[in-house]
Amino acid sequence: MKTANKTVTATRLVKDALEKAKHFADYNIFTFLNEEGALKKAAEIDEKIARGEKVGRLAGVPYALKDNFLSPEGDTTASAHILEGCASPVTATTVEKLEAEGAIMIGRANLDAFAHGSSTENSYFGPTLNSHDKTRVAGGSSGGSAVAVALDIVEFATGTDTGGSIRQPASFNGVYGFKPTYGTISRYGVVAMASSLDCIGFFTKTPEDMDLLMSITAGQDPKDMTTLPDYYNENFNGDNDTTEDAACPSGTLRAAQAKSSRPVEHIASSAASPIYKIGIIKDFDNDVVDVSIRNALKEKCELLKSKGYEIVELEMPTLKYALAAYYIIQPAEVASNLSRYDGVRYGFRSENSTDLDGLYENTRSEGFMAENKRRIMIGNFVLSSGFYDAYFLKAAKARTLIINEYNKAFEKCDFILTPVSPNPAFKLGEKVNDPVAMYLEDLMSVSLNLAGVPGLAIPAGETAEGLPIGLQLVGPRRSDKKLIEFSKELI
Amino acid sequence: MDINCETIEHLASLSNFSLSDEEKTSLTNDLQNIIKYISQLDELNTDNVEPTYQVFEMENVWRNDEIVEQDANREQLLALTKEEKDNQIKVPKVL
Repeated sequence: MKTANKTVTATRLVKDALEKAKHFADYNIFTFLNEEGALKKAAEIDEKIARGEKVGRLAGVPYALKDNFLSPEGDTTASAHILEGCASPVTATTVEKLEAEGAIMIGRANLDAFAHGSSTENSYFGPTLNSHDKTRVAGGSSGGSAVAVALDIVEFATGTDTGGSIRQPASFNGVYGFKPTYGTISRYGVVAMASSLDCIGFFTKTPEDMDLLMSITAGQDPKDMTTLPDYYNENFNGDNDTTEDAACPSGTLRAAQAKSSRPVEHIASSAASPIYKIGIIKDFDNDVVDVSIRNALKEKCELLKSKGYEIVELEMPTLKYALAAYYIIQPAEVASNLSRYDGVRYGFRSENSTDLDGLYENTRSEGFMAENKRRIMIGNFVLSSGFYDAYFLKAAKARTLIINEYNKAFEKCDFILTPVSPNPAFKLGEKVNDPVAMYLEDLMSVSLNLAGVPGLAIPAGETAEGLPIGLQLVGPRRSDKKLIEFSKELI
Repeated sequence: MDINCETIEHLASLSNFSLSDEEKTSLTNDLQNIIKYISQLDELNTDNVEPTYQVFEMENVWRNDEIVEQDANREQLLALTKEEKDNQIKVPKVL
């Protein structure tokens, strides 16, 4: 990714990004454009560069912030009516870390309200259009983030992934999208959806950029009790010396240069690089998955074989129950997390109430989208007395079996390669009125969140109609760094 | 499991929603379909399986109950509410 220097200033990079954002306004990517704030920050970075001062690893790099990250720049809406007018005084830890390295937020990116959806059609501000075909969905819930990167408006974008919300829109738009191991990046200052599943991640154009963003944002945060110690930047034999990057004031980053200095064809045969075993899941090779996606998977397997890697066939029969378990656990946690929105302390408040109970009811009824209401009600159903054991407890037990199945699979292979979703980007309006059809789009992505394992969506060509195809590389917990490194083999 | 109007009204009250008749009809249909889908878990044998509620591998460590850092002060937080009086949030009558 291109950082600012004396010739190409941060102001130039930011102005270009803002111009592109306006040029593509009809895609409905942004809920807020940060013109004034971004240009001010760019000027500060340019002054530092002019004075010869050290600048960060992301100096002047424009990025899009999914609009469920809190920061004082622009209202944090989560694309939901009920959060209207919320100018948060709090800054998310991830935003703090990115901006400390000089990254500049040029806009807040559209999403399905509260990240409930797989198409960005559930946004209060209307759908974001697909980068390759304006009649199709962007995917979701991080649709705005994916399209902002795919249309080259920004170098990277932030996302959240509870059941596929980074990986699926990445695959629908032909960019990289990474959901790390649960707990790798702090969730502090991000609107909670389902707390045992929510992960912070990114959209980029290259694995090198993904690695850089991970190395900047991973690590324990005293403000998020579920963050892991920084395993990402430790105990890795690879190219991991960030101090030199930090000292490099400008120009193309070292991580990106590493690619050209280390030809991929030599990796598999070099003594220092392990010969990984790659698993493919037999249960997914059927008519449920679009034939062009199955072919793309076969092509990548052939590529890996030609590089000397071994392909292992896996049987994972419990995975087909992951979606059902997910659509019990996730709404249960959603119902709990979204009970806080009552119109009292912040956001939208209904004006049609005469008493406090009425204020709660009217605010929630007017402020939530249809899909928010569905999930809250399903959540309260599976948690309610009489149904808890049959649904919520059953799903929590299924989750154990899914974790066991992944553990067993990773005894036989190092990584697993699967489709991200059963289909390429579908038409706008095609599934929006059929919740179960929409949920089925998450068939192959949700099990990773249930198990807490990392997954990287990788661009893998296009369909005959020119729609991007994405595959996901899955690894065991804390294999994130190796997984991103290995993904270069699939290019 | 059959979802009828009564179930929908019960769930709406648990969720603090007042629903229009139109919403009740569409939610009855949607919830029926969703519950039919998630009920396929019945096929899965979970005898003697322990439930998993979180995938965070760390154990709880107690710390002193001290505020390390405050990101927002009272003034900033009160500024977010619709109505405020004497440093307090104003709401319609409670009883």
